[in-house]
Amino acid sequence: MSERASDVMISFENVDKSWGDNHVLKHLNFHVEPAEKVSIIGASGSGKTTILRILMTLEHPDEGVVTVDGDELWNVVRGRRIRRESKQMKLTRRKIGMVFQQFNLFPHLTAIENVMEAPVQVLGMSKDEAHERAKGLLDMVGLDKHLDHKPHRLSGGQQQRVAIARAMAMRPKVLLLDEVTSALDPELIGEVLNVIRDLATSTDMTMLMVTHEMRFAEEISDRVVMFDNGTAIEQGPPEQVLRAPENERTRRFLHAVLEH
Amino acid sequence: MTWDNEFALSILPDLLGGLWVTIQATMAAIVIALALGLVVAVIRYLRIPVLSAVFGFYVQFVRGTPLLVQAFAAFYILPDYGIVLSPLITGIIVLGVNYSSYTAEVYRSGIEDVGKGQWEAATALSLPVRPTWTRIVLPQAVRSIVPMLGNYWIQMFKDSAILSLITMNELLNVAQTIGSSEFRYLEPLTIVGILFLAVSYPAAVLIRRLERRLAITS
Repeated sequence: MSERASDVMISFENVDKSWGDNHVLKHLNFHVEPAEKVSIIGASGSGKTTILRILMTLEHPDEGVVTVDGDELWNVVRGRRIRRESKQMKLTRRKIGMVFQQFNLFPHLTAIENVMEAPVQVLGMSKDEAHERAKGLLDMVGLDKHLDHKPHRLSGGQQQRVAIARAMAMRPKVLLLDEVTSALDPELIGEVLNVIRDLATSTDMTMLMVTHEMRFAEEISDRVVMFDNGTAIEQGPPEQVLRAPENERTRRFLHAVLEH
Repeated sequence: MTWDNEFALSILPDLLGGLWVTIQATMAAIVIALALGLVVAVIRYLRIPVLSAVFGFYVQFVRGTPLLVQAFAAFYILPDYGIVLSPLITGIIVLGVNYSSYTAEVYRSGIEDVGKGQWEAATALSLPVRPTWTRIVLPQAVRSIVPMLGNYWIQMFKDSAILSLITMNELLNVAQTIGSSEFRYLEPLTIVGILFLAVSYPAAVLIRRLERRLAITS
């Protein structure tokens, strides 16, 4: 098992999840290698966001095992009561960061306070050190001039870049990106994608993103996974899945998405 | 009966003394209402079996019975059980406990107004339960409810007059004592009204300012 840990960063084994009659994940087996950049595509309601939310422990699986970096995050036997926050889960969760569609910045804190909060509260970092690092991260996302602005004074694109810096402040091994440009005005999408592109090319972080930006997915992903009805129906290098899909449903989905 | 300036001036020091007791008692009761209300609101929000239901009943019970009845019960019945407190302390506790049931509901609405995304962001950053509440949820909840809490503070200040009936030596009680010994009620009661207004009106203005300063968009 310890051998596996070195070549698998994220692993879903037989994971099931339903919302009432809606079976969003069906015995999902899914693996991501360390440093791999994976894009998940598919129609809404296909279960792709649920994968991210289970990894971030925002939802629990009904059944199955999920590990990250060799450590167990979920091990759920159907019907048995779930202890939502086991010690092991809390430790494993620190390896994961997430950027949300709606940014979810803390509105009462400034940009730099948003980025400093977790390092100070969770890692016990001194305020000076956290401030220094937060400044560096906000500089990296191009917001060094907006350190003391509260979210309401920032544009959507700026807010999302703060959210990326905030997630990076915890030095995650895995970064989850949940439709991070879907809530943005078209002219603001580019600045956010540029930051993600920089991260993808300059770090060995494992990145898992749910996206509708097909061109961007093609550009930065090592692998694209097409989800439909709770299972991965097709996956492979982006040029193959996006340019020459073999599955009929993938073809139809791409056709519909690329229409507009 | 005509207004007697000299008499009014002569009783003013005593009445100001009563006002000072009223203000101190109100402040102390506000502290109790804020702290106890917060505990009740958080426990109700967490939906802890039994405990949350007990606190739910507590809120309904306290809100559903008159302040004066609670004050009388505390003042006349508790000593039978060996709990002997001064009228001042009894009054402060009764007023604070009474209003904790209102502040608890205000806190609850404030907590529920904090979006689900805030909790999820806290989880995604691995923030433990305590800082999630103290640094993320409550600061946002409190900001949105300051105007409502402020109205209750002013109401508590005015309701403290009820405590004169359990012999607490506050403003109205002082005025009544003067009235019954001097057989003149015009001056003491008029001054009482003016003094209550002289505190509650500026307080309302201050609360409005605080509300503006706390707004997240400032």
